[in-house]
Formats: sequence, C-alpha cells, structure tokens
Amino acid sequence: MHLSPSSSRVSAPAAAAPKLRVEGVSLHYPDGKGGHVVALDDVSFDVPEKQFAVLVGPSGCGKSSLLYLAAGLNDVTSGEILLDGKPVHGPGPDRGMVFQGYTLFPWLNVRENIAFGLKRKGIPAAERREIVDHYLDEVGLSKFADSYSRHLSGGMKQRVAIARALANDPQVLLMDEPFGALDSQTRLQMQKLLLRVWEKSHKTVLFVTHDIDEAILLGDRVLVMSARPGRIARELTVPIAHPRSMDQVMEPEFIALKRQILDLLHPTQDTEQDAE
Amino acid sequence: MANRRSLVQRCLTPMTVLPRSTMVVVGVVMWVLFFLIWVGLSNGGVVPPMFLPTPTAVLHTGWELLQNGTLPMHIWASARVVLTGFILSSLLAIPLGLLMGTFPVVQAMLEPIVNFIRYLPVTAFVPLFILWIGIGEEQRVAVILFGTFFQQLIMFSDVARQVPRDLLNAAYTLGATRASVTWQVLAPASLPGVLDALRVTMGWAWTYLVVAELVAASSGLGYISLKAMRGFQVDVIFLAIAIIGALGLVTDQAFRFLRLKVAGWAQ
Repeated sequence: MHLSPSSSRVSAPAAAAPKLRVEGVSLHYPDGKGGHVVALDDVSFDVPEKQFAVLVGPSGCGKSSLLYLAAGLNDVTSGEILLDGKPVHGPGPDRGMVFQGYTLFPWLNVRENIAFGLKRKGIPAAERREIVDHYLDEVGLSKFADSYSRHLSGGMKQRVAIARALANDPQVLLMDEPFGALDSQTRLQMQKLLLRVWEKSHKTVLFVTHDIDEAILLGDRVLVMSARPGRIARELTVPIAHPRSMDQVMEPEFIALKRQILDLLHPTQDTEQDAE
Repeated sequence: MANRRSLVQRCLTPMTVLPRSTMVVVGVVMWVLFFLIWVGLSNGGVVPPMFLPTPTAVLHTGWELLQNGTLPMHIWASARVVLTGFILSSLLAIPLGLLMGTFPVVQAMLEPIVNFIRYLPVTAFVPLFILWIGIGEEQRVAVILFGTFFQQLIMFSDVARQVPRDLLNAAYTLGATRASVTWQVLAPASLPGVLDALRVTMGWAWTYLVVAELVAASSGLGYISLKAMRGFQVDVIFLAIAIIGALGLVTDQAFRFLRLKVAGWAQ
C-alpha cells in the first residue's frame, strides 16, 4: 500500500480501525472465448470510520465492480471484504447503496420509497414517519413526499435514492457514480447537497466517480485506480478542510491535487487536457 | 401565425404530434366512409344481397335474434368458453412465466419444450382434442387453453426478465430478503407488463374460440356463422362478426382501464 504523499491530514482520523477493509480482492469473469478477463487484480485498501473515500479511475477500471463486491451483490474471485472485521457474505442493510441508474420503485411514492428499508426492519409506523420526514427535509423534497418517480426529474430521483439509503442508517454508504447521468448544473447542486448532508452525518462513504473535480471536492481520500487489470495506483489525502464549498476548486491545493491525479490517470498525455 | 405550419403540412410531417380533435375527426371520418361504401355496394345493388346484406338488414336481424333470446344465448356460450379458457391459461401462465423469467433454472427446464410447442398451430390439435375430449364445451376450452398458454408463458417470462436488475439490487441493499424481493419488487414491477400481455393474448383467445366453434360446437357465435352459411343467411354471418369485434373492443378497453387503475404509476 502506498503512503499518502500529502503530509497534512485534515479530516481523516488517524489510525482508526477500518470500517471497511478490502483485502487482496480479485475479480475474473469469462470472456466468452474460454478464457477470462481480469477485472480487478489484488486490490487492497481500508476505509476508516467516518471517512469519505473516493475511487476514481478511467471507465472499465473495475471501480463499479468493486462497489458491487463491497455491497455483496457479486462474488469475489479471491480475496475478502470485511465490515468491522467480519467478512461480508451477500448484500445487507449495513451497506447501503446509491446506484448510477435510477432505482426508485416506481409503484411507490417518494415517502414509501424512503420507508422501504425501514419497513423491512420492522420499525413502527410513527417512528418511520419521523425518520422519513427528517430525510425528506434533508434532501429538500418535503413538498414531493406523495409524488411518484415518473413526475420527478433525474436530480430529484437521485436525492430520493440518497435519502432512502441514509434513512436506513447503514454502516457504510456505497455510491456508484450517483450523479453521472445528471446535467452539469444539477450535478453541482447535488455535490453541494451531498457535502452538506455528509458534513452533518459523517457517514463512512465509498464513492465511485470518473470526475476528478467531484472526487477532490467530496473526498477525504482519493484512491486512484488504473485500468485492465483494475488496481489501486495511488492513495491521496485531500488537504482541504471542511466545511467545503464550490469555490475551493480554484484554490492552489485543489489544482495541485487535480494535476497529480491527472498525471496518474494519463501518464503520457498532456495534463492540461481534462480527464473527461 | 405566419410561421405556423398548416394542418395539411402537419399531417404530412413524419412523427409529428397532432391535436386530439384532429385524431378523433379522422377516426370518425374513416368509419363514416366505411359505412358509405357498404351502403353504396349493398343498397346500390352493386353486390347481390345474397353475398352482401345491407346495414339495415343486419341491424334488423340482430334486433330479431336479440328479442327471441337466441343472440344472448350464443354470446353467453362463446364468452363463457373464452373466459374459462383464458382465465385458466392465465392462472397457470402468470406464475410459471414469471418464474421462468426470474430463475434461469426454470427457464432451462421449460424453454426448450415451450419453444417447440408454441410454433405448432393449435388447429393441428383440434382433431386430437375431439378424439380425447369429445365435442363438448371442454374441448373448446382446451383449444383456447392450449392456444394461449404457451404464448403467454413466453410473454410473461420476458416481462420478468425486463425488470431492471438494479431495482432488485437496491432492494437487497435496503435489507430485503430474496422472498421479499420477489413479492415486493419483482411482482409489482412485472404488473404493467403482465396486464399488457393479457390484453394482447385475450385477442388471440377470441380467434381460437371461433376456430373451435367452426369445427365442433352446437352453440356460440362461430357456430351460428357456420349454420348461417349453410342457409345463405349472410346477414347473420355479418352480425356474428360485428359482435365478435365489439366484444373484443370491450375486453380491450376493460384491460386498458384496469391497467390505468392498478398500474397507473407506469405510463
């Protein structure tokens, strides 16, 4: 594992026991010609409690696959994924997930969607209502509690998905390019909203993106991946204190870190080019 | 107004949206045209009445048969057979088809057989059914059941297969068990598709009914058509066709209404 080249650790708690540990994880799948493709090759890293960790990498580097493995929605070929030191087997409510595509249940309204996990847990109706109201307010959708997903915009759907995952109070929140399908204006708003929500809750988050600005803006730590086979190329600490704002994308630390990530992702290319 | 296209221009533009009123007017005009041509051909004496009855003759016959109770009896006989066959088939095909689309193991078991049988025309089995079951109502129910079941099975399994994977994944990460994913996610997510498939296959069920009644029956709309042919009562044949069409339209609208009521969330 690489040491962080940045000396000023700001928000990541030092030496905390890892909440989520990915240990020597490899993922192979058949290539349809009798062989197999190595999607992930011996990937290891920890996410300490209350940390916002971001996996960034080119498309096809296996970063989403890694998230599905952490969620237990897929099986590793070798290695192990541990939550609080215990290996995970299959999906569970302790690892909430927000997906890239829209995954609201269209036959349920916003309130019922957010209550879905709470209902499975057997939380009584009155308490459920209280929790749902709280998270509706957090994502600014109180007025849309009774709407159905076909009446919501893409950004609103993802806000409900975030509220639904948080309302279930998972140990770790996994986010798979949740803003990837949104237009740039909406994406900025969503990043602001997520920052605000996270700064209050300090959930342990593992967030996947290919957007470097997004990675630095949101993350305490950025794990840069390389493609084919997917590996962790470098771990970087983000030396920017919370609370953060959008203006910080102009600051020298931000730009220096962005340059460093760009160099890692495109070692031979002109770094002035944007990664997207 | 200068830069607005004329109605004619708009009608000739591919993939354009027309006002609802225009759509209705065009639809009505087509029906009027249809009747005018019919009246012209029959009342105008172009086609002899032995082959083409006048619209009034058909209405008159319909009124007569309605009053003496023959028509309601035959309609009920047909509807009873069609509904029995269709409901039996659907009750079997919905769970089995959804299982087939959900569990690859069930798909592997059923698909090879189903794909063989569903390409066999149900008419090929009519002689066999008569031999096995006789010429009673059960035989006609069997024809409809056999004709719709295998088609429905494939359609329902496609419906289940098209439920987005991440919808199930989302439920799992919210703590749903496999059983609750099946009942709370797969079942409601399949509902609109199931209703659409029912609506389509109901139309097929009517087709098989008429086939069954033409071959072996002593009541029903297909039966009175065949009997009318022997007696050169072309007006009765027209009446039977019109009623089958109308009944099909009614069931179709009923399914549309049901779809809107129970699965209005999916548009």
